[in-house]
Amino acid sequence: MNITKKEVEHVANLARLTLSDEDLDVMTGQLDTILSYVDKLGELDTGKVEPTTHVFSVTNAFREDRVTESLSREESLANAPQQNGESFQVPKII
Amino acid sequence: MKPYELTIAQAVKKMAAGEFTAVELTESCLGRIEKIDKKLQAFITVDREGALSQAIAADKKRSAGKAGALCGIPLSIKDLLCTKGVKTTCGSKILENYIPPYDATVVDRIRKEGGVILGKVAMDEFAMGSTSETCAFGVPQNPVKSGYVTGGSSGGSAASVASLECLGSLGSDTGGSIRQPASLCGVVGMKPTYGRVSRFGLTAFASSLDQVGPLSRSVTDCATLMNVISAYDKKDSTSVRKATPDFTSSLKKGLDGVRVGIPLEYFKQGLDPEVEHVVQNSIEVLRSGGAELVDISLPHTEYCVASYYLIASSEASSNLARYDGVIYGYRDQQADSLLDMYKQTRSQGFGAEVKRRILIGTYALSSGYYDAYYKKASQVRTLILGDYKKAYEKCDILISPVTPTPAWKMGENSDDPLAMYLSDILTISANLAGVPGLSVPGGFTGTGLPVGIQVQGDHFGEEKLIQAAYHLEQELNLELPPLDI
Repeated sequence: MNITKKEVEHVANLARLTLSDEDLDVMTGQLDTILSYVDKLGELDTGKVEPTTHVFSVTNAFREDRVTESLSREESLANAPQQNGESFQVPKII
Repeated sequence: MKPYELTIAQAVKKMAAGEFTAVELTESCLGRIEKIDKKLQAFITVDREGALSQAIAADKKRSAGKAGALCGIPLSIKDLLCTKGVKTTCGSKILENYIPPYDATVVDRIRKEGGVILGKVAMDEFAMGSTSETCAFGVPQNPVKSGYVTGGSSGGSAASVASLECLGSLGSDTGGSIRQPASLCGVVGMKPTYGRVSRFGLTAFASSLDQVGPLSRSVTDCATLMNVISAYDKKDSTSVRKATPDFTSSLKKGLDGVRVGIPLEYFKQGLDPEVEHVVQNSIEVLRSGGAELVDISLPHTEYCVASYYLIASSEASSNLARYDGVIYGYRDQQADSLLDMYKQTRSQGFGAEVKRRILIGTYALSSGYYDAYYKKASQVRTLILGDYKKAYEKCDILISPVTPTPAWKMGENSDDPLAMYLSDILTISANLAGVPGLSVPGGFTGTGLPVGIQVQGDHFGEEKLIQAAYHLEQELNLELPPLDI
């Protein structure tokens, strides 16, 4: 076993997902199959290989710190599931 | 010939000659969509009114002598590219009612050249899939054979172009999502070099792999669309400052002196014999056209699927953290705490494949597993990139199949995620290495299913791809496949 049900539950919590018992069983089996497959990478000696996270070695793309046109408040709020005309609303936190 | 049957190049010519107007052409496409899309399900949203008003504007521009490169050309757009005022769902319930307040840069560039946007087309949810079957709003059918998959994730793009609903489309390719459906539906599709085309307004799946590109019914149209969408964009800090060549000028350059590499690993077991036959035939066409054939080895090919699914899922788990029910998209209204609201919103809003990838990615990035999974996969990515760099010392382009098999029946593989991932083995290396790749129709199987030919090149080597693909297209001179819709 590469991954246990308990670990999948933990990862789901980290990812802010809830899985039903049935989904948890199916998902654990599928993740285990996938993780067993990717173990294949262990066949390669990568001790001295630098990782590639980006194909071109670009450095920070800086721009002038200048105010430009942006979305209006109305446009910014237009897609919100809940808002009061001034801000986004969420369930009570404290 | 009905207007909707034309290629972009033909329609541009006929409109310039006054044979019909942009409004007439757009109406012809809208009529076609109305007639066939109920069954085909390529479109998620048809913007009839918007399209007609864009067509009217295009006709006005033409009369004023200001026609752009795509003046009055009806196109479809994959539903993960933001379109101002038009719903953009990413094929997901979580964005079911999302209306972007801005245009993606590529959409803006299409509009500036007079393109008419007919609507938004189906895709796997958040582009995660190889068949478009994870789309939350209807699964598109293969227009060539009903009941067969279009491929994915840009399945709606490929289906809408192949079925003559529109003249071209924009898709996105993270692991083959333009090239594979183009191959399975019998159209041309190109994934440009990473950084050639802006990703601003493209909903992120895996940011270091995603790239926007065109699907079309001819290589000439592919070059025209590439001319329009390619450019440095200050809004995308990973887009590359590089002058855009005129891709149409490469079309007729021929093959003299072009070194064509044949990557041996792409012809290993598991390759459908009919697919292999079509590819071998195309290789012969290139050879007799003057190309020099070179055997190439890309020794790390067998590791690309493992490396890819770790990297893509890791990036996805981070990118999709933004869907939390606060600023836009679906929210569970029952939850009484913030944490519960996040969890319920995401659990109800995402489909199974998206959750699976978020879980793999979160696991691969989590404390204690990062080195074994994400870092290891990124090191293997370096080796895969190295394979290409070595190959391009000996050849200019690589020729291969796009997929190991032709299109398959809908529903097959859907319970076996790993089998589905393995079907991407011939396309995902290009994304890991950031190199361009193109699929051009090469022929058909005995039962009439399209088979595409993949041409890959070195970074910013798209012109050579277009050159070779145009030669193949002209020499093979294939009829469009009869449609089954």
